[in-house]
Amino acid sequence: MSSRDRILGRVRRALADVPRDDTPPVPERPGRYPQYEQAFPRPYLREHGARDVERTVELLAENLADYRAVVHRADEEGLPMLLARLLAERGARTVLVPAGLPPWWLSAADATHVPDRAASTPHELDAVDSVVTGCAVAVAETGTLVLDGGPGQGRRRITLVPDHHICVVHVPGQVVASVPQALERLSPTRPLTWISGPSATSDIELDRVEGVHGPRTLEVVLLR
Amino acid sequence: MSGTYLGMPAFPEAARDAVHDRTLRGNLRHATHTIRAKRAKAVAEVSDWAELREAGRRIKDHTLLHLDRYLEQLEESVTAAGGTVHWAADADEANRIVTRLVEETGESEVVKVKSMATQEIGLNEALLEAGIRAYETDLAELIVQLGKDRPSHILVPAIHRNRGEIRDIFRAEMGAWGRPAPADLTDTPAELAEAARLHLREKFLRAKVGISGANFMVAETGTLVVVESEGNGRMCLTLPETLISVVGIEKTVPTWRDLEVFLQTLPRSSTAERMNPYTSMWTGTTDEDGPRAFHLVLLDNGRTDTLADEVGRQALRCIRCSACLNVCPVYERAGGHAYGSVYPGPIGAILSPQLRGTASEIDASLPYASSLCGACYEVCPVAIDIPEVLVHLRERVVEGGPVVRNGNKVVLKPARGHAAERAAMRAAGWAFTRPGVLRAGQRLASRTRRLHPRTLPGPGRAWSASRDLPAVPAEPFRDWWLRTRGGKNTPGPDAAGSTGEDGLK
Ligand code: SF4
Repeated sequence: MSSRDRILGRVRRALADVPRDDTPPVPERPGRYPQYEQAFPRPYLREHGARDVERTVELLAENLADYRAVVHRADEEGLPMLLARLLAERGARTVLVPAGLPPWWLSAADATHVPDRAASTPHELDAVDSVVTGCAVAVAETGTLVLDGGPGQGRRRITLVPDHHICVVHVPGQVVASVPQALERLSPTRPLTWISGPSATSDIELDRVEGVHGPRTLEVVLLR
Repeated sequence: MSGTYLGMPAFPEAARDAVHDRTLRGNLRHATHTIRAKRAKAVAEVSDWAELREAGRRIKDHTLLHLDRYLEQLEESVTAAGGTVHWAADADEANRIVTRLVEETGESEVVKVKSMATQEIGLNEALLEAGIRAYETDLAELIVQLGKDRPSHILVPAIHRNRGEIRDIFRAEMGAWGRPAPADLTDTPAELAEAARLHLREKFLRAKVGISGANFMVAETGTLVVVESEGNGRMCLTLPETLISVVGIEKTVPTWRDLEVFLQTLPRSSTAERMNPYTSMWTGTTDEDGPRAFHLVLLDNGRTDTLADEVGRQALRCIRCSACLNVCPVYERAGGHAYGSVYPGPIGAILSPQLRGTASEIDASLPYASSLCGACYEVCPVAIDIPEVLVHLRERVVEGGPVVRNGNKVVLKPARGHAAERAAMRAAGWAFTRPGVLRAGQRLASRTRRLHPRTLPGPGRAWSASRDLPAVPAEPFRDWWLRTRGGKNTPGPDAAGSTGEDGLK
């Protein structure tokens, strides 16, 4: 007997006492599971507190800052100058550019562009100073950015290996209030990275230290 | 199940040593109190905590009660997304599978994300026997591994070490494993973290194989979820060419939407944050982003046996947040090592004896490693009634009875160490159902009370070594009642003898 059959057999014997028929069936396919949903009333909130759009963006900014991300604001006209300044302040000589990043974002920056290529090795990524990306969704209540590999976001590794990450969020279009609302917008078939503040550890006497492995500096630009 | 620490004394002895270690107690007290206070604040921020907790409980229970179907569905969706699913009935099988998968890549080193499941099966040791070096990459796990130590907390495994100890370990050991620590390394946390960053980066950038666990697996979509803070998880999950995830079968949730519950409750219960810094989700493999080969090893190793226990199965709801550790007065004083398993604290006290059985002394003693104060149940984000399971397991240890081991029904013999306790309980049961015997016994006890020892002989000695024996009353309650009619003071048949003894006190 295969281990698969052995384990599934054990599960079935273990559940011999459970009435099987009055329970809802397994969801048929993604997005179609009325019986499972009926069996689970979800009385928890879709959003904590009522806010207008402006307030939700404000909350995002507050929570990002609370988790030690540096928050900036810009309009379309000011974005290239702001990005150029942020890179210069860090002394970044090279900047990773994911495919699909609007070229005008970095039109004023002096740093040499390094395109994200499938062939580039981790060592090559490690040599780059900064990375600029967009995002898929930002969650106000938790101060979280979610990247899904879409245009302007690149592969998961590019926001991880360089020590400095600048993420541009369209507000209010890309902002949702809560985690349930974010999951609704995202597709599980894409690889997803949720980022809340810079990499951090509290493993040494619970003292928080930024950036053991991921970028030590996370800057977020709220773009209108 | 392997993973019992060899030569581990039973909980009471291990705990006795631990409570005499003042550094350990200080570190633990500081840690648990800090996290406890922060957690309460983080939980208070969400007004629907009770509803989220209830939803989490129901989702997990539902999944467990239909686990066969959800596992089949999970296998199907992971396979459809380009992954390969393997099934491991026990630790040995899981280790064999992982070793073979690593050997097939031709590599002799792997990078690891902190994972309870791989600790439980002793994977690092098994790999080492096959000549494969496994590098732990979580900062705390690195401290534990370099210090040739064992983790003492689910969330902060090196919480028993202070910064001076960590510096000494880094200075002495890093060189043997790769990039050495700088010679002038101080004990500031920032410098220690920097030393770890440089040491580990060298490994990440050349690693071809990564090994992880997972916090959740979504049956509907085949998505795996890893929640972490440092980014070492993301490194291991995305840089290597091959990714092997070893996950307990109970980590399954039915739908994508279910994650909305646990992504809210887990970080707040665990690190007391609104959200942990990094969460990675992947579904099979993705072209040009991340590993080209993904293997999922579904681990049983005692979980189906646990599932067979109607009371105990709720332990499988656990999402390993560690909140119960931080509120437990016993854990706070005894520390994680005393539990003799990778799962310490209240959850360890109910999970380990179920996963491993209660044959060993340490496992038989674990259900007693609690004061039953109930704080663990209060904080648990999936509402596991830990005290209920503890009492249930105590009964099993003392009384024996039918259980499932390795898929087979067996009748457990009462644990040996508890023979005297059991005999006493039997005798009591016998006497309580025979009023005449009880009355005679009580009178005898009262009249001989001056002859009673201050400590118990034989197996009772340990118990009475640190306690005064309760004094036997001068007069049995029944006699007092007969004599006084509940205080109405009608002299009973042998009132004189009893009151006379009272005066000698
Ligand atoms: S038993 Fe509950 S509180 Fe303890 S680690 Fe598991 S989920 Fe957290």
